[in-house]
Amino acid sequence: MTTDTSHFIGLRFMRLGMLALAIGMFFGVIGGFQFLFPEFLQELLFTKTRPMHVSMVVSWIFLVAIGGIYFYLPRQCNMPLFSATLANWHFWIFLITGLAIIACYLSGKFGGREYFEFPPILSLPIFLMWILFGINYFKTVRQDKESWPVYYWMWGTGIVFFFLTYAESHLYLIPYFRENMVREIMVQWKSYGALTGSWNMLVYGTALFLAARISGCEKYARSKMAFGLYFLGLFNLMFGWAHHTYFVPSDTWIRSFAYLVSMTELYIFGKILWDWRSSLEDWQKGRHCNAYRFLIAADIWVFVNLGLALIISVPLFNMFTHGTHITVAHAMGSTIGINTMILLASVFYVIREELPEEVHAQCSPQLRVGYWTVNISLAVFFTALVLAGVGKGLYDGSSFQEMMTNIRPFLLVFTISGVTLMIGMWIILWHGFRLMGQIISPNKTPAPAGVAEPGPA
Amino acid sequence: MGDANINYRFAFGTLCVAFVFYSATVYTNGTAATHGEPMSDAARSGQQLFQENNCIACHQFYGLGGYMGPDLTNVISNRGEAYSRAFITAGTASMPNFGFDEEEVTAIVAFLAFVDQTGTYPPSNYEVHWTGNILQDDDPR
Repeated sequence: MTTDTSHFIGLRFMRLGMLALAIGMFFGVIGGFQFLFPEFLQELLFTKTRPMHVSMVVSWIFLVAIGGIYFYLPRQCNMPLFSATLANWHFWIFLITGLAIIACYLSGKFGGREYFEFPPILSLPIFLMWILFGINYFKTVRQDKESWPVYYWMWGTGIVFFFLTYAESHLYLIPYFRENMVREIMVQWKSYGALTGSWNMLVYGTALFLAARISGCEKYARSKMAFGLYFLGLFNLMFGWAHHTYFVPSDTWIRSFAYLVSMTELYIFGKILWDWRSSLEDWQKGRHCNAYRFLIAADIWVFVNLGLALIISVPLFNMFTHGTHITVAHAMGSTIGINTMILLASVFYVIREELPEEVHAQCSPQLRVGYWTVNISLAVFFTALVLAGVGKGLYDGSSFQEMMTNIRPFLLVFTISGVTLMIGMWIILWHGFRLMGQIISPNKTPAPAGVAEPGPA
Repeated sequence: MGDANINYRFAFGTLCVAFVFYSATVYTNGTAATHGEPMSDAARSGQQLFQENNCIACHQFYGLGGYMGPDLTNVISNRGEAYSRAFITAGTASMPNFGFDEEEVTAIVAFLAFVDQTGTYPPSNYEVHWTGNILQDDDPR
């Protein structure tokens, strides 16, 4: 039994991430109502609620993915962190920078870049955080002298490429980029595509780590298929962004190349999870019931999003779907259906591993309610957005207001399902936040470090 | 170190080198679109105001941005400067009045006029290639 608590820093990241998601969804719901009723909450304009929602939800992804890495390396991979102090610095810089960003949004101080709407000076501590994280990560995993499983590669790649492409997203500060609108837009979306690919590396790496640990078998994480996925993901991260910009007047080859690259990674990722699931014994599914079902939900959403992604990657269809709510459906389906489900699986895997069995039920009823509420709401939410997008894409008049009136019923359904989605997620998050707090609690005796004991639960 | 690991490192390095060359091309020739006029001082100020007020939260250029308001890529040629000026000055039922003064409104209109000359969105004159690609006749590439 260990008394080392350096892995608690990972749990603090994860708990902060759960808090960020709970608040971020609340701002998303406010934004949904402002879409329907523009005069709603004029004191807090949509120009503020949207970045609050986006930044909080993106923070959730990073915090839980980063927290998982800080937790799994010392606790499950038997590699003490190179520096717990650096990890603590990372946490506090993240928190303080996040609070500064919120203050900027609420006081109306914007940098005005979509998704990163805060003043660019606040990017400096963000760069610093990733340097600290990178040093800590690579110095830690260097302890493993064997050939690395694919999730080490994915986590490392996510860290390096986030840093590089986040830097790329700031090239607009240089007049050469900013004063050519085509270059400005193209480079911005090139960097955003790669940024998304970078956080997908962190999240998909987590999914493969969980798959390996739940099954108690590392073969998937070292298989050629897994590395095939990794390199395809890396290829997409680097070159697969331009379907966002088919109609920006850049060189034609950029668009054609992007069309060829499109979305092949999701197929292989879905196949790996599918194959992994069929290989599990019943006791393995039962022992990690909560984590398992979130991974299954992620797998189903992979296939739903894959279908949509393939359609919108064809320029002919993209002409009708681009700039419509179908793009939002794709973004939300990926962020909630895939990334969030994987990260929730990570949260409940940690809880199952760390808490004594008598503290929690293996498949808790409250969690089941939250799980189904979230997934059913997400299905309605996703469908409403697609239908709103179809309405906008097929509208051939010239009045924006008339188009918005036409699609209003779909936006109403979208907003209502957003409310139920938020409530379902709050149930799950409260459950996870509370139980994870028990792990950190000084009254709790830590469970032994390492992987699950074999045999039926 | 196993053979597989060496192969993986080689593949990683090759992709990184390709990425560097690709990025350099996108930064230069790939985005060297024809502009009618270079950006004026007024347009530069308008771009700054557009960002400081987070207009992209609701509006789009080339379909990229928020969906609460209309796409502004060609608002100047489609609706005219006077129309745009009136909206920016007074706001609408769904867009608040941001309190811009005369000079600021002129700057934002200059920025929108600068964007307008870079291309056409959505495409109006185009052909569909058999591969599903769209070949536009009305952009300056």
